[in-house]
Amino acid sequence: MITIVDYNAGNLRSVKRACDAVGIGSELTQDPEAVIRAERIVFPGVGNAASAMRTLEETGLAEAIKTAFYKGIPILGICLGAQIILERSEEGEVFCLGVIRGVTRRFALKNKTLKIPHMGWNEVRVEIDHPLLNGIQTGDEFYFVHSYFPDPADPIHIYATTDYGRRFCSALGKDNLFAAQFHPEKSGRLGLEILKRFAAWEGSPC
Amino acid sequence: MLSKRVIACLDVKDGRLAKSIKFVNTKEIGDPVEKARQYYQDGLDELVLYDITASSDKRDIMIEVVEKVASQIFIPFSVGGGIRSVQDATKLRMAGAEKINVNSAAVKDPELITRCSHAIGAQSTVLSMDVLRVRAGRAIPSGYEIVINGGRTRMGIDAVQWAVRGEALGAGELVVNSIDADGTLEGYEIKLTRMVADSVGIPVIASGGAGKPEHLYEVLSEGRADAALVASMVHYGEYTVGEIKAYLNTRDVKIRMRY
Repeated sequence: MITIVDYNAGNLRSVKRACDAVGIGSELTQDPEAVIRAERIVFPGVGNAASAMRTLEETGLAEAIKTAFYKGIPILGICLGAQIILERSEEGEVFCLGVIRGVTRRFALKNKTLKIPHMGWNEVRVEIDHPLLNGIQTGDEFYFVHSYFPDPADPIHIYATTDYGRRFCSALGKDNLFAAQFHPEKSGRLGLEILKRFAAWEGSPC
Repeated sequence: MLSKRVIACLDVKDGRLAKSIKFVNTKEIGDPVEKARQYYQDGLDELVLYDITASSDKRDIMIEVVEKVASQIFIPFSVGGGIRSVQDATKLRMAGAEKINVNSAAVKDPELITRCSHAIGAQSTVLSMDVLRVRAGRAIPSGYEIVINGGRTRMGIDAVQWAVRGEALGAGELVVNSIDADGTLEGYEIKLTRMVADSVGIPVIASGGAGKPEHLYEVLSEGRADAALVASMVHYGEYTVGEIKAYLNTRDVKIRMRY
């Protein structure tokens, strides 16, 4: 059973629909206690980092996610959920969960022909092998929609990268936490396979 | 680098699939959910569902179609046609649409773009415009004019200027649909697409006129579009989405090939 953290951060039902389609049981919750007791957690999110952090702190979900992480519960962060696990975000200059050292930065593109947000299908290149990235081949593409990207301080947390004007971190993690800047739930068969692997993942990075 | 996108557009009338030729004589051709799933399996990058239902009391059928599509395909899709308010947009988002397209209502009420953009985000707010080729003049310097009501009403607004304004008002993407090219299968309006793409900083989806894979190549290269919309050329089985993408790949257009 996957517990999807529901904190009014956009398209949560699309994650649930994708889980349904591949036969993974899932539930949405706003209850911090349910997060701490979860078997596995998906931490999604679309929207603004500052307002998301405010909601997470007010509801007690911020503490619950950190507790779940230190308890060793497998966690999958998606999009905004891959950004606010870092120490802070340039979006609204806000302190975040700080589970991984680093900063979420805005694309500052000198090349005017590159458009922001970075929206569409782009290649995800595996930098460090990880069970959730098993089977991804050179050239495999996933769906992105974002204007900010996670920038971990230590490259040991950078599992995959993508090029858009510059090379940026498109998948990161630590121990039982894996997070993707792209949307597995909108990335066709290859994305659904990541969800399936997450549903079977024991929470060890190798 | 981002890939160029191949997008299929399904016109939906009373919950059934229809394809308009020159915007008149709509002819039903099947179940939109089934078609969407077929294109998804063929490697489609994105889908547009366009509601051409005339009567407003049948609009809830579209919500059901959107929910069904959302439960079966796992690529982004947008919904357009008859969206007049933020409530319409939010409802479709909740039903599973990644993006919503505003068209005629935005021409009459440009602030609608801003309200939608604030409510659901610029990345989910698409401005779709129907464009007619006209004689260039003082009011229409580009020679392309915005039309509504399926092309029947000319609005006296220059299409390139409207695109620039749409971006400023908060649209995150543009669909540029040529009324002249629509349904002809003779190729996109390259000049129009390029003029718009060169004038804005948001992605441009070319629409109208696709009849063979070369047409997509032209509009994605010479026309500088970020994505190309197809309809008839795939609906009637003449080409599959996979064939179109394979062709573009051979022409060195960056395209998603493993799906």
